[in-house]
Amino acid sequence: MQSGNPLLDHLFRRAGFGASAADLQAVAGLSYSAAVDYFVDFEKQPDDVDSKIGLAEYVAVTSRGQFSPSTNIEDARQRWLFRMVHSKRPLQEKMALFWHNHFGVAYSKVAGTVGAVLGTKMIANKSGDTPGPQGHYELLRQMGLSRFRDLLIAVAEDPAMLWFLDGRTNTSTRPQENFGREVMELFTWGLGHYVEADVYAAARVFTGWNLRSVPGANKQEAEAYQEFVYRSAAHDTTAKTFTFPINGGSNTIPARSAAGGIQDGFDLLLSLANHPETARRLAGKLWNFFVSELDAADPAFIEGVTDVYVSSGTDMRAVLRYILNSRWFTDPGNFNARYSWPVEYVVRTIKEMGWNGFSVDSARVPLTNMGQTLFEPPTVAGWQLGRAWFGTGQMLARMNFAAMLASNQRFNLARSFSPAERGQPDDVLDGMLKRMTPAPFASNETTELLGYLAAGGPWTGSDTQISVKAPGLAHLIAGSGEYQFV
Amino acid sequence: MATRVTRREFIREGVAAFTLSFAAPAFLVDIARAQGARSRNLVVIYLAGGNDALSTLVPYTDPFYYSRRPGIAVPAAQVLQIGTDASGKALGLHPRLTGLQAIFNQGNLAIIQRAGYLNSSRSHFHGTDIWGTANPNDSGGPGWLGRYLDTLPSPIDPLAGWNTSGATYRALTGNKLSLPSITDPRNYSFASPNSGADAIDERNSAVRLASMAGSERPNLAFVNATATAAFATLDRVGSVVGYQPTVTYPNNGFAQALRTVAGSIVGGIGTRVYWVQTGGFDTHSGQGNAGGGDYADLMTTVGDSLLAFYSDLRNQGLLDSTLMIGFSEFGRRISENGSQGTDHGAGGLMMAIGGPVRGGIYGTAADLNPRPDNSTLENAGGDVTYETDFRSIYATVLDGWVGADSTVILGGNFRTNAPAFI
Repeated sequence: MQSGNPLLDHLFRRAGFGASAADLQAVAGLSYSAAVDYFVDFEKQPDDVDSKIGLAEYVAVTSRGQFSPSTNIEDARQRWLFRMVHSKRPLQEKMALFWHNHFGVAYSKVAGTVGAVLGTKMIANKSGDTPGPQGHYELLRQMGLSRFRDLLIAVAEDPAMLWFLDGRTNTSTRPQENFGREVMELFTWGLGHYVEADVYAAARVFTGWNLRSVPGANKQEAEAYQEFVYRSAAHDTTAKTFTFPINGGSNTIPARSAAGGIQDGFDLLLSLANHPETARRLAGKLWNFFVSELDAADPAFIEGVTDVYVSSGTDMRAVLRYILNSRWFTDPGNFNARYSWPVEYVVRTIKEMGWNGFSVDSARVPLTNMGQTLFEPPTVAGWQLGRAWFGTGQMLARMNFAAMLASNQRFNLARSFSPAERGQPDDVLDGMLKRMTPAPFASNETTELLGYLAAGGPWTGSDTQISVKAPGLAHLIAGSGEYQFV
Repeated sequence: MATRVTRREFIREGVAAFTLSFAAPAFLVDIARAQGARSRNLVVIYLAGGNDALSTLVPYTDPFYYSRRPGIAVPAAQVLQIGTDASGKALGLHPRLTGLQAIFNQGNLAIIQRAGYLNSSRSHFHGTDIWGTANPNDSGGPGWLGRYLDTLPSPIDPLAGWNTSGATYRALTGNKLSLPSITDPRNYSFASPNSGADAIDERNSAVRLASMAGSERPNLAFVNATATAAFATLDRVGSVVGYQPTVTYPNNGFAQALRTVAGSIVGGIGTRVYWVQTGGFDTHSGQGNAGGGDYADLMTTVGDSLLAFYSDLRNQGLLDSTLMIGFSEFGRRISENGSQGTDHGAGGLMMAIGGPVRGGIYGTAADLNPRPDNSTLENAGGDVTYETDFRSIYATVLDGWVGADSTVILGGNFRTNAPAFI
């Protein structure tokens, strides 16, 4: 819903998923920079959102048997959607989504080999829920605003990643390039800063980075897990030479003993993470995600982010605080300047239309039709963003999700309109635009929306009329072009 | 303009909603017909992930094929023999490609070996963009199919192309039109939360709202144009839902997409270019050989699905009006890695299937001996070097099939040395 302050609405759309009344209450009276701190220093808010699952007053989940988000992927998806709707730490979920797109690990490839239970655990196990390390998404959420170099190392050792990019099969006798290539092309500095020979050297660096299976104590599938292990016998101990400096020194990682060879991987990951070109590439992605997809990144923004990134030792929290306070982020010309992702669209629609009596399970299939299944990015490069979200079929899927939700929320919406909000069609439209936050409509579009309210008979504001027109208007707004931007 | 309104009730999440389906404006349908509705269809098939060409078309007499692929080579006794290439080298299809062998034996499958380009990118994403734009030097612009559709007379029917995948590829983006992405016609509807007269009022408002943003708001206009294109194509796409094919298609996404394409072609809804893809070709591990493994499953999907589509069209007399072109973003490394898989390589293969195709094996196989003077290999003998520029295949398709000028669309003359596969 609208706060009355367009900049704050913008902050909620970009650093979160839109604002509910409770969200606005949490930042009431704060200055803008204090509101930014509220988002960025999210550990100051409790992380109690999982305990709300299943309670009245929150969006529902639908479980088939016991709700098991650590071992059932559909439940894991529902849990994440629930968290996006209700977390008191919206930027934590937003950054997890950003990194999910950046690191592009897909559940289906992992589960296709290890099975659904272990596959779900590798993606989404909540620490302590079942034995074994936390899942990939949990890692992204826990480390979303940590130092990028720490995040990169954690991802390189993450069991899901070791399965997804085949690192577990990378040995000194037959190096395997999949991770070594993507860590440079996609996860750090991108094409143009390395050559093929660097890919082959990188593959050798990560030989021996592998997994160990731990069987379930009671032969129960959920007890079993896999964890990272460095297998020194499979490591290529010879020197590896690159076309760029390692740790700021020479271009060569020296020959090392097998036992100490894991340091090769740390050396390369740190060299990549610390490099200003990695900062520039991340800055470009952060520009598109947080500032604008419509205008090319301002070089001053890229250099500003790079400076903060380098001087802070790759600290993403410092980077995000810089971005959200920057003149580019706060420029009203950049409000509604990004095409929303399907999960953003769905979560914001739920937050703004209402959720009592609605289950996020109902959003799963529509999200697939919109082109974004959580934990299933189409490639390791993530989803295609921007205009690519807007095929005709995907646009209809957005509109039809909004129709389903508006129909589901018919009586909640109708009841929420006070007598004053029902006086005339323009009162109803004003009321709806306090609840929903599309980009501003032009006057002819406003006339069209009022025309819909007036169509079909004289305006009375009766319960019957409002219970038809409120969901119809909510659907029109959620299906409008203006509502597809954040 | 008048629109016909029909209603179809459905229940979703226990809530009744109405699907409003309405015909495209008459002028668009006329345009579709005028633009040659059923005359010539182009179906582009993308094998996503970098297809291991040496496992598709097996050089089973090359000793280095076996010495460099001890774990994943297809045994010579198991390949489906289809003869020799121009250099006299015997080649065979993967044993799971019985479907393609049947098409080959009918003379309607052309395999173009070693298709690619100079300095092949080993990146999936860069490589796919290069194949999409047909421009190895600048792969950031609109794609070759989008540029072709841009040349159609205005206004261009929004259903002139149909992307059956959920993703948008650079090949499909144009300056005027991007191919609509329609993964499942059954979901291609417009629902209202209300019913009866209000639903119609609401739908009419949605149609008008989508027409309002002008060029001063280009990004909003883009989204609204997508909505408008959706509204204008609902009926034609919906007409495909009830399609009754003449054969049973395999139960996989690739085959089901081809079945939808067949329904669209048979229904004559005016689409000219289709994009169909199937993934899983990034076989870094567990590739297997003839007996099983990931690659064998991929070949089953490809061969059986394409044979079903081919047979369905043939049964309905539409084979002569359909050309399929298959490609992947690169071939794979010659030597297997330690994971019974292969890493990213260079030259790959292309396929052409259909009534107009002159079947056969085109080009010459690489010699897989990694000796320094072997000009068929590159990357220190690691990868297959391209022989046929993939743009010459595009040029043949554009000039010889869809009736466009390839030099305009490809920005140069790539007709030289093009294999005469149609």
